[in-house]
This record gives sequence, structure tokens and C-alpha cells, in this order.
Amino acid sequence: MIDVSDVYKSFGQNHVLKGVNLKVHNGKSMVIIGASGQGKSVILKCLLGLIKPNSGKILLNGFDPNSAQKNIILSKVGMLFQGGALFDSLPIWQNVAFRYLHGKQKINASEAKKIAIEKLERVGLKKSFADNFPSELSGGMQKRVALARAIATQPEIIFFDEPTTGLDPIMAQVINDLIRELVVELGVTAVTITHDIQSVRSIADEVALLHDGIIQWSGLLNQLDKSKNKYLKQFIAGSTVGPIETLR
Amino acid sequence: MIGFIAQTGRIFLKFCSFIGELIIFCIRVFAYILTPPFFMRAFFSSVVQIGWLSLPVVGITSFFTGGALALQIYAGGARFNAEEVVPSIVAIGMVRELGPVLGGLMVAARVASSIAAEIGTMKVTEQIDALTTLSTDPIKYLVVPRLVAAILTVPLLVGVGDSIGVLGGYVIGVTRLEFNNTIYLINSINYLELWDILSGLIKGAVFGCIIALMGCFFGMRCEKGARGVGQATKSAVVSASVLILAANYFLTEAFFSS
Repeated sequence: MIDVSDVYKSFGQNHVLKGVNLKVHNGKSMVIIGASGQGKSVILKCLLGLIKPNSGKILLNGFDPNSAQKNIILSKVGMLFQGGALFDSLPIWQNVAFRYLHGKQKINASEAKKIAIEKLERVGLKKSFADNFPSELSGGMQKRVALARAIATQPEIIFFDEPTTGLDPIMAQVINDLIRELVVELGVTAVTITHDIQSVRSIADEVALLHDGIIQWSGLLNQLDKSKNKYLKQFIAGSTVGPIETLR
Repeated sequence: MIGFIAQTGRIFLKFCSFIGELIIFCIRVFAYILTPPFFMRAFFSSVVQIGWLSLPVVGITSFFTGGALALQIYAGGARFNAEEVVPSIVAIGMVRELGPVLGGLMVAARVASSIAAEIGTMKVTEQIDALTTLSTDPIKYLVVPRLVAAILTVPLLVGVGDSIGVLGGYVIGVTRLEFNNTIYLINSINYLELWDILSGLIKGAVFGCIIALMGCFFGMRCEKGARGVGQATKSAVVSASVLILAANYFLTEAFFSS
């Protein structure tokens, strides 16, 4: 379970998170939506322990990612970065099997490669890509590799940061479907950050809208279209008129 | 007036914060050198990148420097009939000063820039964050192998550069300045002491440390975008070069002032 209580984060005079509260139950897929610059990526980085909040409490399956327990919880977490964040200097299979090649989960290289190929095939990539380098793949393929890396060590929690950004609508839907399949198949708890409403409908069990540093609305996916929340209605409609200010 | 004082104060505080950041970074790096896990593959790759691939540039620079040094000393020595000092001065000058300093500066230009650009790009493309989420400390994985490789390989490069520099002096001495080749070699070796060579190699190790630390430090604190990577690269090369020259003075003072 992911439990976020009253989290504040500022960068100088810029107050990004102003008391975020969020709960994600085990095995559920939570999608956090919101306009650009509202702190979605900041909350995700706080969840991963990459940024320390100014105050508030974050617990991932009972562990605080900003404490000395960071490595315990990170070993049970998978993360899909917006741009893939694949290591350019390593071949695809070593990217996927990174955890199996370094650190506490280290196994021998041939076994690690076998697991990497298995994961690549799970996300729809052929074995022949295993020895290529990330720069030799298209954006969609790189996303798949990053997805394979995120699921490589059977994580309990997976985070997805803008999984469909930069992809064409068809490839975006392929990635959405793949994420949904994996979340259900692995039974993991998932948190996705996106502003793509199509992704929300494909991936989410629950949805939360982050605006102006706080969660303005949260609820089940089937409540999304019925909600009277002004922020949510404007966001779903993509309207320039409403409480979410727009610059023109 | 108040505006000027405030601005000066801000710059001073920023400078103090930068120095503090650098000191903390260095402490973390040195604390990690002896702490497992050790990334041997990354270490050997750094040895090749820093040491082996820098050999041509260091070798060519040293050869021409040795040659030019021979010509200069010959011309200077001719003013008081001391042309015969060319071999010994070339050898001592190369191993004590020019070999380490020029080698260090050439490696700084080639390696500090490439380390800063590589790590900086990793930073802006979230690869450093990805390393952390994969339970791997970026300092251990990216910085420590490069630092150890630089400390070990730059002295070797300096040693090779010294030899090629002396060879450059020999080639010019024998072909252009009409020295007897046997006498040139004997004079080169006879006046050279072991400490001359060792001091140059120690300088090389210190310069290697500076190069790797500056490249990694500026890469790790790189700001977003292509401009950030460019700035990190420039800062790494400039600071490594300046620190090499400053460190060279203090090491020379420490080794030879008595």
C-alpha cells in the first residue's frame, strides 16, 4: 500500500506540493492527472525517494523511501521514466537485467540474459533486439524496453511517468494495454502520472487530480465522468475556460 | 551602494555553497572507494577511455614538446657556450614539469570534458535517477571507477609521455643539432635522478584525481538541457586545467623548494 500524508515540497519560493494526501491500495492502479507544472513529477520523485519532501509522510508498503530503508523499498519498486532513461552505453539486455548484473540481486550473466530476453518477449520485443543499443531502437521500442526493465525483478510497486508521451496514438494505446495487462498479471500496485485522458481510461482503477499543489479530486475510474468537480470537468473536456488557469 | 553589497554578498554565498557542495562530493567519493560493491567492468572501461585512448594525444604532444625544448635550450645555452646541457635539461624538464603538466592538461581537455558531457547527459535524461531506482548508487557506479582509473592511468600516461618527450629531444638533438647519439643518451640518463621521475609520476596521479573529480562533479550537478551539458563540460575543463596548474606549483614547492 502507498500512503502519502500531508506532503509539502517547495523549491525556493516556488511551493509545488501544499499538503498532498493520497492512498493507493495493494494491487490497485492509481493514475494521477493534472496540467503541466502542477507537481505530478515532483510527487512521483518524492515517492521514489529521489526528492525529499519538506514535511509530511510517505510510506511504500510500510517503508519510508526517504529514510535509511530506501534501498529495501527500491528493490521492490519498478519505474518507467518518461523518456525511458535507458543507459546508452549498455546493450538492451543489460539495461533490462541491470539489477541482476549489479548489487544484491546479482546472478551470472548468462542467466541474467535469459531473464532479460524473457521480459523483452513479454513486452513484445524479439530476442534479436537483445544485443542492440538503445539508440538503435524507435521511441516506442525504447518504451517497451524500459517497461521490460521496470518489471524485470517482479516488483511489488511500479511507477509510470507519462508512459505515452511522444508516441503516436496507436503505439500509445499498445503501451497502455501492455501496462494494464502487466499490472493485472503481476498483481502489482501501480501509480501512473499522465495528462493523457486515453491513458487514464485504459490504465486506471482509481484517479486523482493534482492541481495547485493539492489533490483536488480522487475517486474510482467509473466516477470520472459523473463528477461535478470543476477542475476535473475542465481537465477532461480540455477546456480553456474554468478554474485551471491557461496562458494564451 | 546597498545593491552592490547585496550582489557581492549573494555571489560570495553562492561561492561558499559551491565549495561546500564540492567538499561533500569529494568526501562521499573517497569514502566509497573502499566500500563494495566494486564495478570492475566500469573500471576497466574507464581505464581504456582515460588511459589507452589518451595515448596518441599525449604521445604526439610530448614528442613535439621535447623537440622544441631541445631547440630552445640549445639556442639559450649557445649564449654562454653551454650547448652540451641540452640532453640533461630536456630530460629533467620533461620528467619533472612538462611531461606531467602537458600530459595532465591534454588529458583534462580530452577526458574531463567527455566525463562531464557523458554524466551530464545521463543527468538530464534521467539516467542518474534510473540508477538510483535500480538500487545502484550513481557515485559508486559512475564516479568511483572513473576516479580510480584516472589516478592509476594518468601517471602511466605521464611516464610514457616523458619517454616520448625525451625521444623527441633526442631526435632533434641528433638530426638537427648534430649531437652524437650515444653521448646524448648517456647525458640524458646520467643527470636524471629517480626522484625526478617519481615526482612527475606523483604529480600525474594528483592531476588524474583532479581531472576525474572535476569531470564527475560538474556532470553530476549539470542543469537541464543542452545548455546545461555545455556549461558543465566547459566548467569541468576550465576548473581541471586551472587546478592542475595550481596543484603543480604547490607540488613543485613541496618536492623541490629545499
